[in-house]
Amino acid sequence: MLEYTLKRIAYTIPIGLAVSLVCFMLVHISPGDPIDSIVPPDTPTEVIEQIRAEYGLDRPLPVQYGLWLSRALQGDFGESISKGRPIGPDLWVATKNSLMLAAFGATLGFVIGCVLGGAAGAFRDSWIDKLCLGIALFGVSVPHYWLGMVLVIIFSVQLNLLPSMGMGPTGPWAWDWDHLRFLVLPAVTLSLIPAGLVTRTVRGLVSDIMGQDYITTLRGKGLRTSGIVLHVIKNAAPTTLAVMGLQLASLLGGSILVEAVFAWPGTGMLLNNAIFQRDLPVLQATTLVLAFFFVFLNLIVDLAQTALDPRMRRT
Amino acid sequence: MNMASPATAASPTPLVRARDLCVSFATPRATVNAVNGVNLDLAQGESLCILGESGSGKSVTLRALMRLNPPKRTVVTGELNVANQDVMQMTQAQLSQYRGPVVSMIFQEPLSALDPVFTIGHQIAEAIVRHEGISRKAARARALSLLELVQIPSAARRLGAYPHELSGGLRQRAMIAMALSCNPRLLLADEPTTALDATVQIQILLLLRKLQRELGMGVIFVTHDIGVASEVADRVAVMYGGRVVEEAPVEILIRSPRHPYTSGLLGATVHAGTRGTRLTTIPGAPPDLAELPAGCAFAPRCTRAEPGCHKAVPPLLEVTAGHHVRCPVVCPARIQAPINV
Repeated sequence: MLEYTLKRIAYTIPIGLAVSLVCFMLVHISPGDPIDSIVPPDTPTEVIEQIRAEYGLDRPLPVQYGLWLSRALQGDFGESISKGRPIGPDLWVATKNSLMLAAFGATLGFVIGCVLGGAAGAFRDSWIDKLCLGIALFGVSVPHYWLGMVLVIIFSVQLNLLPSMGMGPTGPWAWDWDHLRFLVLPAVTLSLIPAGLVTRTVRGLVSDIMGQDYITTLRGKGLRTSGIVLHVIKNAAPTTLAVMGLQLASLLGGSILVEAVFAWPGTGMLLNNAIFQRDLPVLQATTLVLAFFFVFLNLIVDLAQTALDPRMRRT
Repeated sequence: MNMASPATAASPTPLVRARDLCVSFATPRATVNAVNGVNLDLAQGESLCILGESGSGKSVTLRALMRLNPPKRTVVTGELNVANQDVMQMTQAQLSQYRGPVVSMIFQEPLSALDPVFTIGHQIAEAIVRHEGISRKAARARALSLLELVQIPSAARRLGAYPHELSGGLRQRAMIAMALSCNPRLLLADEPTTALDATVQIQILLLLRKLQRELGMGVIFVTHDIGVASEVADRVAVMYGGRVVEEAPVEILIRSPRHPYTSGLLGATVHAGTRGTRLTTIPGAPPDLAELPAGCAFAPRCTRAEPGCHKAVPPLLEVTAGHHVRCPVVCPARIQAPINV
């Protein structure tokens, strides 16, 4: 297990490098010159060249990449072109906010998915199964920015129960209701897709596992239902965790629209603004951080799966 | 299957007593009648082998003894008493008390019958913890001695092994250890050696025979292999189409089979009695259990069938002491009195 863990961690280095290269290149193959967006159209060429040299955009690409990566690894992502200040602190705050929202949304989705999927799988082909599957289908098919707006209309506008925008009172975040209430609607909206996916995954796993010979063996040993459930959970866990880990990672970056609907100051908002303002350094930095999270979560998922399922250790 | 077998006669209350046991499965298309009126007696310490081909209802009968068939789709009727307990009247909670300490089962394919993500030790110990309420540590110690009982080499190390890390033979030994963990009075074995290599098969059979004698359990084997039957059984019951067609002590059945199906089965198998003769085959295929014929289920394939065979199910008759045959051709009803059920 230790050997596998070290090997698996070592694998993340080339993956991380490749990911960073793609992040870097994406920006350079996209059309449009970033300098254009910060200087007036009639700027003399010499001035443009001077600015270009200041940002290091005149050097050969491999050099630019090397410089960019070595600085990025030290937390220095350069300056935002549109705001003219270092990207690092803004990105850090946005990542923290997004991580919090994604963690809440994913946890909620995970719990809902496990409950619905477990019930559907255990009572396959009954009305419970059909109800749970219906909810899951709704979860994966409804556009979640639309659902976000509907929730705002119901809970903020009509019932006036929950706030619809932002992260609450200015100043540092605190774990009290005044702040947490701002998290409810976006987290619920965000939880819908993972809830649907996890429901379907868990349902399939549970009904498959319940049909396995070893469940008959467990019944033959006279185990109580609670004892059998333990076996079902441990058998279903590796796959469920894999689905969930990837969902959490995609929620981090995929919540752009939800963050926009709820004006949640996370990476989604940051990306959104960077795209419209053609703020390439911000775009690069944000994409890189999100991609690293993806790689990191994959690593965690792989290790957790291997810890849970002994058959995966033989490599 | 009979009330007059010597072993049964010696014991006033048999370990297993089944009367007119029927099992059917409701499927959306049809009702499959897998077992159609099986009578079964087994004395404490006796070993019975149920012999038959796929679809003869032998495994279903075995599972019905534990009420282990899928509860939603299965209809089980008839009488079933095991160790003086009325199994048919048991609630789910009572069944979970009954499975393990009274009766346990060895399954055909140990790789799929063992949970892949728990260690062997855990899977043996959890049954002991469940039924005896002892600590996990004590249960693990018991699991270790069980692995030694079934002659698993370096047992302490195997306790922490996962099923996929063991060879087929060791897995089946671990499965036997698990079945024995709560000292059952009745051990059921569903083709315990079918998934194993020939050399490992005989080791497992010898082990089972030895354990059965040492622990004094009643054992019911299910197999399609006459070689296995002759190795381990005191008595053999041959099943076809969900009914017992012939039943006798093992030497008698192998030396002088009476039912045409048993003769066909023996003629198609390599064993001591067939040396020097050509193997025969039984023409046709086993019956569709959803649409059993009105008469003898074997009649459509039987070379000796008479018109009467197709009309009504013949009764199971005793031809000699302890030898019962369900065939009006080889054992006409007017000569032998039918055995009351």
